[in-house]
Amino acid sequence: MTAVVAEHDDHHDHHDHGPEKGVLRWLFTTNHKDIGTMYLVFSLIMFFVGGTMALIIRAELFEPGLQFVDPQFFNSMTTMHALVMVFGAVMPAFVGLANWMIPMMIGAPDMALPRMNNMSFWMLVAGILLMASTLFMEGGAPSAGWTFYPPLVLQTGNAMPFAVFAVHMLGVSSIMGAINVIATIFNMRAPGMTLMKMPLFVWTWLITAFLLIAIMPVFAGAVTMLLTDRFFDTSFFDAAGGGDPVLYQHIFWFFGHPEVYVMILPTFGVASTIIPVFARKPLFGYASMVYATGAIAFLSFIVWSHHMFTVGLPVAGELYFMYATMLIAIPTGVKIFNWTATMWKGAMTFETPMLFSIAFVVLFTLGGFTGLMMSLAPLDFQYHDSYFIVAHFHYTLVPASVFILMAAGYYWLPKWTGHMYNEKIGQLHFWLSAVSVNILFFPQHFLGLAGMPRRIPDYAIQFADWNMVSSIGAFMYGFSQLLFVYIVIDTIRGGTGEKVTDEVWEGASKHGLEWTVPSPAPYHTFSTPPEVIPTEHF
Amino acid sequence: MSTHDAYYIPHKAVWPIMATAGLMLMLAGFANYLNGSSIGPGMMLVGFLAFLVMLGLWFTLQSKESESGMYSHQVGISYRMGMMWFIYSEVMFFGAFFGALWYARNISIPHLGDSGAFSGPGRSTHDILWPAFQAIWPTNGPGNVGGDYEAMGAFGLPFINTMLLLTSGVTCTWAHHGLLAKKRDQLIKGLIATVSLGFLFVTCQAIEYYEAYHEMGLTLGSGIYGSTFFMLTGFHGFHVCVGAIILSVILFRSWRGHFTPENHFAFEAAAWYWHFVDVVWLGLFVFVYLL
Repeated sequence: MTAVVAEHDDHHDHHDHGPEKGVLRWLFTTNHKDIGTMYLVFSLIMFFVGGTMALIIRAELFEPGLQFVDPQFFNSMTTMHALVMVFGAVMPAFVGLANWMIPMMIGAPDMALPRMNNMSFWMLVAGILLMASTLFMEGGAPSAGWTFYPPLVLQTGNAMPFAVFAVHMLGVSSIMGAINVIATIFNMRAPGMTLMKMPLFVWTWLITAFLLIAIMPVFAGAVTMLLTDRFFDTSFFDAAGGGDPVLYQHIFWFFGHPEVYVMILPTFGVASTIIPVFARKPLFGYASMVYATGAIAFLSFIVWSHHMFTVGLPVAGELYFMYATMLIAIPTGVKIFNWTATMWKGAMTFETPMLFSIAFVVLFTLGGFTGLMMSLAPLDFQYHDSYFIVAHFHYTLVPASVFILMAAGYYWLPKWTGHMYNEKIGQLHFWLSAVSVNILFFPQHFLGLAGMPRRIPDYAIQFADWNMVSSIGAFMYGFSQLLFVYIVIDTIRGGTGEKVTDEVWEGASKHGLEWTVPSPAPYHTFSTPPEVIPTEHF
Repeated sequence: MSTHDAYYIPHKAVWPIMATAGLMLMLAGFANYLNGSSIGPGMMLVGFLAFLVMLGLWFTLQSKESESGMYSHQVGISYRMGMMWFIYSEVMFFGAFFGALWYARNISIPHLGDSGAFSGPGRSTHDILWPAFQAIWPTNGPGNVGGDYEAMGAFGLPFINTMLLLTSGVTCTWAHHGLLAKKRDQLIKGLIATVSLGFLFVTCQAIEYYEAYHEMGLTLGSGIYGSTFFMLTGFHGFHVCVGAIILSVILFRSWRGHFTPENHFAFEAAAWYWHFVDVVWLGLFVFVYLL
């Protein structure tokens, strides 16, 4: 076997030392690092596009009354902000990390299906382009919310079919990405890299990929039914024809609930990768982390109606979905305690990736607790569609997923570029983000409990103070993210000038194969499978 | 589970981005057409042709690489995993429509037909809007949406179609055995039979649709029954077409002498897809036609 590998290497060494030159390198690339980079850059751009929309929302809500935008456009902004952030920023960012890191972490030469990998990225771009084009159409961009509930969404103007096809393309992109991840993890691991030795980032992505393949086609089916209801006379969601608008909500949330875990499970994976390194201890409870991830993924498929407590479900349904949802707190709690136990008595240092990770553990717990509050059906009747839910899911997405994406950026940038980022500016970025994100979202809990509904451009006078605070936090948070862009560009161009070692972080080579290859990682990492040292898990 | 031969990594992929562009053009054209724009159909056609040409070139490249022995055993496993999970995603896509059918029959129709059927707050729909409506399947809803129609029976063309597809599954497997036993004659005959049965199925379904529209008054607009009937059988029929086209390509390649007992991923993928289409049909026959 080794002989075959060597022959293969000789063959390619003469032809392909590195990447091609020019723009064609990026258009036609099959290299997992190139594609990972494109995903990451694309998602960073989308993060700012979606962020700009969020700032338009917060500017309008700075004080009562209609100031800057008309209500229709405001609703388009809430819808597009969600779609861009979910499908354009957070999901692609994790796919980018998967592309970069999974082959390096399991000792593979590349992703299993490199051509499809290329198509997966371009399908994402095409889908987002279709989606963005609706901003300039008659009737405006979709404005019925990212959940596309009928019958409201059927009133969308020319944007409707574009939005549906955009969802189809984004779905195909995600499915291709997920298939690639599964084939890579199952088929490309280096000898000795058994499943229970895989880094948790790989594990969480494997489980996420299964979620994606199961749910994206369901979402595609749901929006297809919307399309035919609107243009081809079907009656899926029309009671006069024997259909039911609530049917859409069931199908959508069968997709939608696992979808939110698609954004959080890889987050858990990255946190479980970073925290042990800076605590200088092995991860506490590795196996329980794997099983907890599996349990969360399984539960995500059987709890969807907790998004629909106020829609008129039978009492038995309310009770079942309430108890099933509360169960999720158990595996999630296992994870929180494991991270805490990992840090317990560790020789901790607080570099930027670790700061973001610790903030994630604390603030995600907060977001989780508000989720637990809303899992209780009778309480949800009060919170439903209020700013409380906005505060809840933003706590699970911004100081959780986005913070961990930032942590991942700081953690792996030296490996990707071969340069060290500026730690002082990194820490400044962290502290500004951590403070402002709470100014931004914490008051929204109060607004929701006091009765302010979500998705409205104007509000009653008693909500004015906290809205103003929230908007100030939003602008602080939004502009502090520019520091991250500066740091990324600065690091690519040389950073602090300090040459980083292969290991980059003290002791990191015990924690992952990626820290055993040179920094920056060579264009082709493992042309021969590396030796995986059969030790206890780090 | 992992296998470790030299892994073939292609170094430049021209077709994926082009195929994506074609697909995007096609969908944008379709969307424009739905919005009543005159440039829609043209865009659709150009996009579709571009997509087809690119796919054709991409698959040609793959088959050439495969025949020149560039794919190791490990690459073959990656491809098989890819196909397997792709089919799983298709199962979930059909699941959404089967789910809609199940929900309509077991929840929304009983709910609309009887205020006592469910205890939720929505129970008054029946009492206030449609007190005369009774929950009987098939139905086009309390609004008699799409007008009077006749429901499709199971034991005419649909039963014949069931037999056709089941037989085609057998001939497909027979062809596979021929390939494994190096009996090229059996391989080609089996594939010809499979492809013919597939296209025959599509023809029968076209006749069935024609009769539904022109003699039975059953259309896509016939309430929830028409919606679920045509969307489920229609998407299935589309998949049969795609499967038959894929098998035709495999037949063409078999004629050209492609495939060996050890290296025939494309054949296996096509066969898997065909069996998947077959199984979905059985589900349709039971839940759409029989019950």
